[in-house]
Amino acid sequence: MTVMPAVSLCDIRKKFGHFEVLKGVSFDAREGDVISILGSSGSGKSTMLRCINMLEVPTSGTVSIHGELIETRVKSGSTAPANPRQVDRIRSEVAMVFQSFNLWSHMTILQNVIEAPVHVQRRPHKECIAEAEALLEKVGIADKRGSYPSELSGGQQQRAAIARALAQKPKVLLFDEPTSALDPELVGEVLTVMRALANEGRTMLVVTHEMGFAREVSDRILFLHKGQIEVDGRPDEIFTKGRNLQFDQFTSRVQ
Amino acid sequence: MSPSFIWETFVTLLAGVPVTLQLTVVSVLAGIALALVLAVLRLSRSRLARLFVSTYVFAFRGSPMLVQIFLIYYGLGQFKSTLQDLHLWYLFRDPYFCVLLALSLNTAAYGCEIIRGGLQSVPAQQVEAGRACGMSGLLLFRRITMPIAVRNIVPIYGNEVILMVKGTALASTVTIMEITGIAAKLIAETYRAFEVFAAAGALYLLINFFLMRLIGLVERAMSPHSRRTQRPSEAVEAIATTH
Repeated sequence: MTVMPAVSLCDIRKKFGHFEVLKGVSFDAREGDVISILGSSGSGKSTMLRCINMLEVPTSGTVSIHGELIETRVKSGSTAPANPRQVDRIRSEVAMVFQSFNLWSHMTILQNVIEAPVHVQRRPHKECIAEAEALLEKVGIADKRGSYPSELSGGQQQRAAIARALAQKPKVLLFDEPTSALDPELVGEVLTVMRALANEGRTMLVVTHEMGFAREVSDRILFLHKGQIEVDGRPDEIFTKGRNLQFDQFTSRVQ
Repeated sequence: MSPSFIWETFVTLLAGVPVTLQLTVVSVLAGIALALVLAVLRLSRSRLARLFVSTYVFAFRGSPMLVQIFLIYYGLGQFKSTLQDLHLWYLFRDPYFCVLLALSLNTAAYGCEIIRGGLQSVPAQQVEAGRACGMSGLLLFRRITMPIAVRNIVPIYGNEVILMVKGTALASTVTIMEITGIAAKLIAETYRAFEVFAAAGALYLLINFFLMRLIGLVERAMSPHSRRTQRPSEAVEAIATTH
């Protein structure tokens, strides 16, 4: 029996105008994998992550989530999802955590967390609230349930955003530079939560600059350079110097 | 100058308050309905629709409301026979209807721009967060875009309502007996322009004072997040400066 990969990207290319950001990227993420995606700015790492839930629609290539191919079609010169409903459904199973949190400013933290379960997944309100409270407890901000996002620190907002993502009961969690907008002293509290999630065996794809996290927590590291995956391997393998010139340059700059 | 005369005048002018309020409420409500339609057309993909709305907005914002009232009330009188054929003359010979029409069309032009600004200033990141969890179309608009936009719009629309209260004074020029109309009549009878207009001005101030308080209350009730942080949202400031 073959096990379907949780996420499968096949020859993904993405052009913005004439500039090709992704030049044929392919990889499979197995269920339970924690994959860190590294690369300097402009390498295409965020774009690649955003292709997984179709926030960016690849110019060509395919994305499959748990074996289900996301269908696209070319319409008047640009690629678009063939079936918007399929994309909505897949997005509700693939949660995303953003660099600048993107919490909904008009809702309390609890309302933010129950929004997708109640209104997208249409699960019972009571059940969602109980789950949301447990999740807020888990990320350590249970006391902030009635607060508005603007009343929280960056680290608390990002933990709320993680709770919001978890409330979707996602099969895959995408993190787009989750600590890059945080003050240095607040990075730790977010990484602690992410470490705990990794230890639970969740499937996580993390675009990050946190080398420590990538090294210690992830099962696998992808290094992107100029729109291509230059390095793909286990942290203990790839951190031995001399395997790839670009990666060595990158790591020596970052650390 | 006699204070007791000002007070008497003030009491007399109260008779005009219902007409002033009626003109304001009806034209603001009709204006909002029209403004919504215009804003949707303004943000639509059709170039023709966008051109129509921008011409409309340009015409009604760029010309005096007084001229617009005269154009509808006096100007259309020239086409009496056509309007009679269309069975619309009974409307257009009524100054009250003509003023309401001019006020509504005028405030709709401003309202359209306020609504457009409010929709466009909804942070793209929050909309994207909605998409990322599986929302789209009407659900996304209902749960995310609209609630945020409305919170941007209310304070600025409040300003427009206050302008409309003051704008109703123009109705006096076409024989309507609202506050300013009654004031003009009193002056013709008494020749005491200062006292009468002082009383009229005070009455408008009083109406707008309560109106501002009401708008403030609505704003506070709707935006607990900005109330607690005591910081007006940046988006609101951004549209306020463009308006």
